[in-house]
Amino acid sequence: MQTSIIKKFAMAISGLFLIIFLLQHFIINVTSIFSESIFNQFSHFMGKNFVVQFIAQPILIFGVIFHFVMGFYLEIQNRRATKYEYFKENGSANSSWMSRNMIWSGLVILSFLVLHFIDFWIPEMNYKYIEFLPDDPNRYYEELVHKFEMPWRVLLYCISFGLLSMHLLHGFSSALKSMGANKYYSKFVKNLIHLYSIGIPLGFCFIALYHFISHI
Amino acid sequence: MKLKLKIWRQKNAKSKGKIVNYDIDNISPDMSFLEMLDVLNADLILKNDEPVSFDHDCREGICGSCSLFINGQAHGPDRLVTTCQLHMRKFNDGDTIYIEPFRAKAFPVIKDLVVDRSAFDRIQHAGGYISINTSGNTQDANSIPVNKNDADLAFDAATCIGCGACVATCKNSSAMLFVGAKVSQYSLLPQGQTEASRRVVNMVNQMDLEGFGNCSNTGACEVECPKGISLDNIARMNRDFIKAKISS
Ligand code: HEM
Ligand code: SF4
Ligand code: FES
Repeated sequence: MQTSIIKKFAMAISGLFLIIFLLQHFIINVTSIFSESIFNQFSHFMGKNFVVQFIAQPILIFGVIFHFVMGFYLEIQNRRATKYEYFKENGSANSSWMSRNMIWSGLVILSFLVLHFIDFWIPEMNYKYIEFLPDDPNRYYEELVHKFEMPWRVLLYCISFGLLSMHLLHGFSSALKSMGANKYYSKFVKNLIHLYSIGIPLGFCFIALYHFISHI
Repeated sequence: MKLKLKIWRQKNAKSKGKIVNYDIDNISPDMSFLEMLDVLNADLILKNDEPVSFDHDCREGICGSCSLFINGQAHGPDRLVTTCQLHMRKFNDGDTIYIEPFRAKAFPVIKDLVVDRSAFDRIQHAGGYISINTSGNTQDANSIPVNKNDADLAFDAATCIGCGACVATCKNSSAMLFVGAKVSQYSLLPQGQTEASRRVVNMVNQMDLEGFGNCSNTGACEVECPKGISLDNIARMNRDFIKAKISS
């Protein structure tokens, strides 16, 4: 963990792990558009399954915390390595805005995650493990739809996913490079990366907007 | 051409520097950037002022001495050229030009625009060589067949002149492109295999020790590199490093 390359390798693994998790999360959420009962079944399974709750969930929480703590740590180290700012610096001449501002898109995602925890995760933990409320396999859909009734929440949701898309547009391919992939990997892989980085966040926004619009 | 120059002036490593304005006239568009600075310095000397210090040697893009950060870009706005190969015709009459030293914690300013890039030398000393015993019975290098593609890639990597533009331009002051090139030029060839693992580990460790930042894969280094060293050299170094760590 001392060497720059190992730190970046770990950062890449945690980023790719989050990418896989996000896909799984998306697949479950998207069912809420097609079928209330499928969404409820999925959510109930995820919420009750021992492996998901007590093995996958702690790994996920560790993965998220590891990712942003390492992100902050690398950012601090990198700032220390650049002692002075230039008077004039033309960053856009040689690199994308996303790539230079991963920490800012990351911070927006982090504040979104805080909101997300308050919205869904804490009530869920409270429901199941603190107040031990009666098991209701059909409550999930209602809870989800209720959250998307407030326009401000939908707006915050969409802004955050916009920044997540930018984070991924640089991060996904960056992670592959950190793990040793050549820049000129195939066009197919490149398209897949773009499809994921734009499609998944857009899909999440669509789900939020769909429930918001269906409500009014 | 008439130009307004804003140049970083700093007496020595310890003093605090500042940007100083200079007006300069009668610059030919065919002059190189360094010739323009020669004209400025000749003026300053005539006025009994201290001339501006800057690094240069070959003035033909091969030594890697020249090192200016011009209008926000390492080696200026042109691509695949060093500062000494940059021509004034890339600027317009009446332009304001910022001229700053290459910045990084590992590249301290010595004077004005001159920075200490000896950190690169120390990285090279840590492993940027092949130990061949020159005992008189050394094998002729040409007798070892090398795949043409590998030979080309190794040659491309070996064109790095160690100028430090990659570090200067990187938002993290990372030296990964330089070290990636220096590792790759050997790791691609059969002659470099014996010490391959040790080399990559020692050079990367030295790079970290010198206080360079981590790579964020922004790709700015590759764009600003006067020799067009590819980002793939960084990926290759990552692979070599991880392989070396796993096998050790
Ligand atoms: C929780 C808030 C987050 C913060 C503060 C954050 C921060 C960062 C930072 C600073 C980097 C750049 C590291 C570097 O260039 O050295 C980064 C890279 C990355 N992030 Fe995040 N991030 C967050 C969430 C996410 C999420 C949710 C995902 C995926 C769904 C993600 C995927 C990635 C990937 C793939 C990389 C590239 C890793 C690499 O360059 O090797 N991040 N993150
Ligand atoms: S990689 Fe390019 S920019 Fe970096 S030191 Fe070598 S020649 Fe200069
Ligand atoms: S002076 Fe030698 S490369 Fe510019």
